[in-house]
Amino acid sequence: MDAFSTHVGRAVPLRRSDVDTDQIIPSDWLKRVERTGFGAGLFSEWREDPAFVLNQEQYAGASVLVAGENFGTGSSREHAVWALQDHGFRVVVSERFADIFRGNSLKGGLLPVQLPAGEVEALMSLVESDPSTLVTVDLAARTLQAGDLVAAFPLDDFTQWRLLQGLDDIALTLLQDEDISAYEVKRPARMPSTRPVA
Amino acid sequence: MGRTLAEKVWDAHVVRQVDGEPDLIYIDLHLVHEVTSPQAFDGLRLAGRGVRRPELTVATEDHNVPTDALTISDPVSLRQVETLRSNCQEFGIPLYSMGNASQGIVHVIGPQLGVTQPGMTIVCGDSHTSTHGAFGALAFGIGTSEVEHVLATQTLPLARPRTMAVTVEGRLQPGVSSKDLVLALIAQVGTGGGQGHVVEYRGEAVRALSMESRMTVCNMSIEWGARAGMIAPDETTYAYLSGRPHAPQGPDWAAAVAAWERLHTDQDARYDKEVFLDASAVTPFVTWGTNPGQGVALDAAVPDPAALPAGGERDAALRALAYMGLTPGTPMREIAVDTVFLGSCTNGRMEDLRAAADVVRGRRVAKGVRALVVPGSMLVKLQAEQEGLDTVFREAGFDWRNAGCSMCLGMNPDTLAPGERSASTSNRNFEGRQGRGGRTHLVSPEVAAATAITGRLSAPADLQEV
Repeated sequence: MDAFSTHVGRAVPLRRSDVDTDQIIPSDWLKRVERTGFGAGLFSEWREDPAFVLNQEQYAGASVLVAGENFGTGSSREHAVWALQDHGFRVVVSERFADIFRGNSLKGGLLPVQLPAGEVEALMSLVESDPSTLVTVDLAARTLQAGDLVAAFPLDDFTQWRLLQGLDDIALTLLQDEDISAYEVKRPARMPSTRPVA
Repeated sequence: MGRTLAEKVWDAHVVRQVDGEPDLIYIDLHLVHEVTSPQAFDGLRLAGRGVRRPELTVATEDHNVPTDALTISDPVSLRQVETLRSNCQEFGIPLYSMGNASQGIVHVIGPQLGVTQPGMTIVCGDSHTSTHGAFGALAFGIGTSEVEHVLATQTLPLARPRTMAVTVEGRLQPGVSSKDLVLALIAQVGTGGGQGHVVEYRGEAVRALSMESRMTVCNMSIEWGARAGMIAPDETTYAYLSGRPHAPQGPDWAAAVAAWERLHTDQDARYDKEVFLDASAVTPFVTWGTNPGQGVALDAAVPDPAALPAGGERDAALRALAYMGLTPGTPMREIAVDTVFLGSCTNGRMEDLRAAADVVRGRRVAKGVRALVVPGSMLVKLQAEQEGLDTVFREAGFDWRNAGCSMCLGMNPDTLAPGERSASTSNRNFEGRQGRGGRTHLVSPEVAAATAITGRLSAPADLQEV
């Protein structure tokens, strides 16, 4: 995973709430066994409408997605994160994220920036009135800045550190191998195994 | 202070706890299917890592499989399923493939095999993993990075979740199912109502539910944003588990039950949030929109967005009605459907099939309606056939299929055509969920069955005597 420090980019306003994972990446795309190439499937149903905001020229190349509340609701498909990243997004801003989507984003280095409704609305209006607005997201300071708007977003210290370092979660956990083995020794023997029963 | 059920299960699985870091939680059971695992296995190979506990891992083929044939004709689907087969072989993971007697939807086969037990931590790269919480397990969906993490370490670093109680007092009226109950709950609390919380369902109405009805409720937890849903184990749970292939046997059984008896929320424990619901007020419930929270009683009409507060909720309702092709004020019972789908990890179990068969028996599917029954697993299929349910459905004009996710998600040949409308016992009515342009009404098995007979959204009570 690439380290994330500060990101500066233009934003695209997606004025919809409850944007579900079936819209972000329709299930037909989930048959692929690769981790790359999902960008073409991003919002593919909605993108068939020429008026859809992602099709508008003034938002081409934007790397910050500003969406309505409850973004990423639905399935556990990490393909949603891969599609957003493959399309070029580094940051998603919403009042609220679905838990699994938020977790998946943080694993893959797509930054979910959670802001109060008023600030999301302010940012949305700003980029609607001026699509060239540059949005700066500073992970170390946990702030988002655009025009006169400066907003702080929540992120726990550990995840912030891990993203700043670009660290692989699995490698970190494998350092705790002794603790895992010690736990396994204490597990009751009656706990089920999945080996087929004769 | 006492602890909640969720806290007890969490505490029993902490491998490592350090201030300022997420807890490292041990995972007792990892369920795997073909869709969310290939990139995880690739990751292991790239890093030269193995699967730590293949015997705590079990795989099945469900999302892609056709339900009317035992071969996959779509080459992309076939490649994904074959990738799962080779990965399971390479890493020594038990797999229930198409054609195996125990194959089925991942959340149906876990409980059926008896590998889902109270007090366990259970994960799967699928959001409906919350189903297993019906046994008093802490069970939740994870993404592919986490799948890889669990394969490599049998643990997950997780922030301690907040807890919530949904207390359902009273009793469900005859003809009202646990699906109606959970749809009514979601309409009340909204799609984000449970976010960040592990929810415990409790109260008289929940205790009275059968094991399979409890699974339906827990299954839908994710549809209102909850991380997981749980129900404390009791005699109903033990009776379901007893004698299952992977359930504890002999002296282990008594030891297990003794441990499970402690899995309840202490009197003096506190939840971070509480919600109350009166079961006796719930009537058959159906959705009208494009998220599971957009639902009303079957007795009601399509709501008028103009009556909603201006802003996001009204916009969402307007968009949903346009997509669904519905007019405000139309009685729900006047909505005609093209297709009825009975199945999925929400409502594809024996009890669901029996309830629907009771409605269908001696009646005929309405002209022009395509109706299909897709058992949640091949064992459900077999048992239903032993009870003669396949004959009931076939004689009424239903298709009788093999096990799989089928029309729940549009990843296999069972899909809606653009503009087609369904009454579906599945869990999501998102745009395009059952196929591009398809329009989904979420319903209970009883309502699905009655709707198949009349061709319009109906409850069993609406049917003429046979």
